[in-house]
Amino acid sequence: MSLLRCRTVQCRLCVLLAVVLCAFPFLTGCGKRHTRVETGIRDQILHAGNGTDPQDLDPHITTGEPEHKILMALFEGLVTEAPDDLRPLPGVAERWDISEDGLVYTFHLRTNALWSNGDPVTAQDFVNSYHRMLLPELGARYREMLYPIRNAEAFSTGRITDFNEVGAKALDPHTLEITLHSPVPYFLSLIMHNSWFPVHLPTILKHGDIAERANRWSLPGNFVGNGPFVLKEWKVNSHVLVEKSPTYWDRDNVKLNAIYFYSTENVDAEERAFRAGMLHLTKDVPQTKIQVYQQNQPHLIRCEPILSVYFYRLNVTSPPLRDKRVRRALALVIDRELLVKHVTRGGQVPAYQLTPPGIPGYEPRARFSEDVALAQRLMAEAGYPNGNNFPGVNILFNTHEGHRAVAEAIQQMWMKHLNIRVTLRNEEWKVYLNTTQSMDYEVARAGWGGDYIDPGTFLDLFITDGGNNETGWSHAEYDRLIQEAARTGDMKKRFELFQKAEDILMDEMPIIPLYFYTRPTLIHPAVRNFYPTLLDLHPWKYVYLEPPSS
Amino acid sequence: MLRFILRRLLQTIPVLFVVATVTFFMLRVAPGGPFDEEKRIPEEIVRKLEAHYGLDKPLWQQYLIQMKNLLRGDFGPSFKYPKRTVNELIADAFPVSLELGCYALLVALTLGIVAGVIASLRPNTASDYVPMALAMIGICFPTFVTGPLLSNYFGLQLGWFNPGGWFFPEDRVLPALTLGFYYAAYISRLTRGGMLEVLNQDYIRTARAKGASESRVVVRHALKGGLLPVVSFMGPAAAGLLTGSFVVETIFNIPGLGRFFVMSAFNRDYTMVLGTVLFYATLIVLLNLVVDVILVWLNPKLKFE
Amino acid sequence: MSVAAELPNLTPPDAIEAEPGSSLWLDAWHRLAKNRLALISAILLILLAGACFIGPLVVTNTYYEQNLALGATPPSARHWLGTDKLGRDQFVRILIGGRVSIMVALCATFVSLTIGVTWGAIAGFVGGKLDAVMMRIVDILYSLPFTIFVILLMVLFKDFEARFRWLEDYGIPFNLLLLFGAIGVVEWLTMARIVRGQVMSLRKQEFIEAAHALGLRRRRIIFRHMIPNILGPVIVYTTLTIPAVMLLEAFLSFLGLGVQPPMSSWGLLIKEGAEVMEEYPWLLLFPGGTLGLTLFALNFLGDGLRDALDVRASKD
Repeated sequence: MSLLRCRTVQCRLCVLLAVVLCAFPFLTGCGKRHTRVETGIRDQILHAGNGTDPQDLDPHITTGEPEHKILMALFEGLVTEAPDDLRPLPGVAERWDISEDGLVYTFHLRTNALWSNGDPVTAQDFVNSYHRMLLPELGARYREMLYPIRNAEAFSTGRITDFNEVGAKALDPHTLEITLHSPVPYFLSLIMHNSWFPVHLPTILKHGDIAERANRWSLPGNFVGNGPFVLKEWKVNSHVLVEKSPTYWDRDNVKLNAIYFYSTENVDAEERAFRAGMLHLTKDVPQTKIQVYQQNQPHLIRCEPILSVYFYRLNVTSPPLRDKRVRRALALVIDRELLVKHVTRGGQVPAYQLTPPGIPGYEPRARFSEDVALAQRLMAEAGYPNGNNFPGVNILFNTHEGHRAVAEAIQQMWMKHLNIRVTLRNEEWKVYLNTTQSMDYEVARAGWGGDYIDPGTFLDLFITDGGNNETGWSHAEYDRLIQEAARTGDMKKRFELFQKAEDILMDEMPIIPLYFYTRPTLIHPAVRNFYPTLLDLHPWKYVYLEPPSS
Repeated sequence: MLRFILRRLLQTIPVLFVVATVTFFMLRVAPGGPFDEEKRIPEEIVRKLEAHYGLDKPLWQQYLIQMKNLLRGDFGPSFKYPKRTVNELIADAFPVSLELGCYALLVALTLGIVAGVIASLRPNTASDYVPMALAMIGICFPTFVTGPLLSNYFGLQLGWFNPGGWFFPEDRVLPALTLGFYYAAYISRLTRGGMLEVLNQDYIRTARAKGASESRVVVRHALKGGLLPVVSFMGPAAAGLLTGSFVVETIFNIPGLGRFFVMSAFNRDYTMVLGTVLFYATLIVLLNLVVDVILVWLNPKLKFE
Repeated sequence: MSVAAELPNLTPPDAIEAEPGSSLWLDAWHRLAKNRLALISAILLILLAGACFIGPLVVTNTYYEQNLALGATPPSARHWLGTDKLGRDQFVRILIGGRVSIMVALCATFVSLTIGVTWGAIAGFVGGKLDAVMMRIVDILYSLPFTIFVILLMVLFKDFEARFRWLEDYGIPFNLLLLFGAIGVVEWLTMARIVRGQVMSLRKQEFIEAAHALGLRRRRIIFRHMIPNILGPVIVYTTLTIPAVMLLEAFLSFLGLGVQPPMSSWGLLIKEGAEVMEEYPWLLLFPGGTLGLTLFALNFLGDGLRDALDVRASKD
């Protein structure tokens, strides 16, 4: 042993250090093994990055998008999404009838739909699920999704206690009738959301109370679902594993044998995992890597628009922003093209209205364009010529590298063109939520994504005293238009009302739209039937893995 | 010595009590609650949720209930993960962090002490400057730099390891090195400083003069005194290592306890914060006790008092 | 069994006691001035600090002016250290970032040298019940959730912000005071533990017992005899605290405490650089290098100080 031949202590210690350092690479085998991506293609096992760690797999309790994606594998609603454009396709319901007035939907359930424990899926299961979702004691956050059902709101707020008065009835085990309180033209799109998924009540009752949030029915081993996949593993901060369900009615068309949903909270780590062949799909792409992929490996990256908008809220109760002219001036000097091209750099689309493009039948109309001269004139009219006397304005954002870059860029644009003092303040997420809610800000960064494809999901925000308004803005005509739109069954008339409301919103400018989000994704070429969709949802039953032939 | 340890263990009780109390009230005063989200929940649902978790009761009552549960060792349900209890989450995550922490500790102590001793034996020569320069680089580029670097190089360029995850035995190597290197840098600086102090002492000179071999001087005499600062430093450092590092766990996607420390605070997951904090406090007190025992063992003149 | 127990202490440091009080420090100063490396380091540090505080006023580029179309570019004649993602000159940003980082480092050093050393020395020297109480307080402070503490700190003092607005005219945002407060609460804990460990082992050494026998006051023993003898580890740990606290500052900025953009700090620059190190390595290398340079200088200065203040070496 050379170690023993060393005379001095330094020498021995040096050798020891060298041995320790050199030993590490050899501690493990360095042989090339198959990557997860390769074995996954062989065995039809999809490895997908899924973003934030899922909190729960109980469709009545979850609120997040990561959970929604997993639940789409575990459950099936009355109708399901088409993989390419999310149009409604038959799910548990084979077919459905809609009454003339658009108020009564009759769903005819297929008889071969089974729960993962073998029980048939019945109309009563759906009624029971709506009942649970609306139970005041459960405190389900998304129960408002069910409010189009007649008397659902009254029941869920405790004004009526008899669920029989709520407009959801099982006419027979395979016929479900849902009565709405007013026509909802996008109803079929609405009921694809996980808050409308059926749950297996006997299983829930077996593991505790119906309204107990900690009821453990949704843990592996206890779980019963009706989707194309069943829950096998759920490890906190690691992954959820689902396997093909042997009881699913359309199992012959389900090609994947299993899906791993990995919790990938760190976007850089996720990208490394993709590069190392550990993931077929990622949830996101690091901002600086987007261009690198687009230039070098464009076949691996997608940057598709989603139904989400990035905007700044203005507190219209704070003195300088009380003036509409100031609000407009601030909006007019932001160079959105520059912003999306050089700051966000993910193919985002500049926003000159609130509602994102892509909603069928709702034409996006730009309400304004950048105009520095006009903005300066407006400021002068408001009493701040060349920024004189302007008290300054503060931009609040929740701590995030991307939000900070946008805020810094806009700070520069405002300072440069309007010659006003602009300060920035970042706050930790929950503090930021608290600050915006209590209106303790001047300008605050915000984002909003649609839960279903309809302009109402965006324009409803800014009705007077709306829970998510948070700008202090109130406009009687706007409120009237939104309310009228909600009562209108005719799609065309309804959208025209929304357009008028949006005219008002963009004229008053209590919010400054900046850009429409895209969802950058890294995707292995073997992933098939995975299309870009507006809600970034992908029905897993159609997806399969097949390497490109070349 | 047994009495000393017993007395110290008894001191744990007031420490945990104070920590629990202060944390409880800090959490309730901090802005934002566990149910705040970007899409606001209607007021009446928030009230239902609060009633469900007992947050609608007067604060002192909540405090008493919490304390009573803590006495039974029950931290309660997590707010973020409604289907799981804090006890379960900690029980699942701690072994992961413990395992990683032990490897990292091993790396840190081996590398740190060896490098520190080498540097101290010939101060201001190459055998001092090289390890100390490496240590300095290790300090300037902490885990959030070395982690991605190691992951990129060994994970992606060379393909020796997975760049992240916690599925195979070899997945332990990169995070353990990342974490270990950072602490090794500290330990080597402290070892060098402590050793230099001791090597100047008269008894070492005497030992040398008496003709003791260099290795005997170092191992038998100098190390005992020279490691004092390292030992003092290791108490809290080991507690931090064994309970996991948020940065390393996110960089390598490891389901450890370190993430809970940070994320539970951000989520205002009251019960989880209290659980992790008390767990950490217990570990701090225990490890500092171990440190004090080692201090006495290194210096026989001290007595347990 | 340590040899120390059997050997007489050949040069009792008490001997200094006979000399005029100031000579310990004066001697040290002379010795330090003779140490070339330490002297160069000191000059380098002063130059660096000077550049950070005066530089941004002199250079033509500003730390906030963006050139979005330019984006991140490697070093060039116009931008010596390149530009960041928003096209801002990195050289000026490193200089301006140094201001906060240096202030933070000074604050942490101060806290750790005053509170930390005193706390640890007293606990270690007195021992017994007082030691137990003091050290359990340290344990408690270690354990409390720092994130929540910082968030609370910001909220509780929000109302005082207006009253301290005048400070901003001197370039000190109120936020910075809170940052110092947050650092002050935690940055002395490990120092206290290290000092306590050293003092405990020193306490039983002959020269301290002799000092006791001579009837010297406890405070005198601690400050004249103990502390000079534990300076080595104290200085080493101080130099370790400085980079750690600069990086801690980046985390606190994440919570909204500390600098607000477009102002930056070394910690923040390194953190941002780390995120893009594959694409724009210069955004990590230069701030990291600056911190490294500072650290090397600090270490050499620290070693020099230690040698200069070494009571044993002084009598050789």
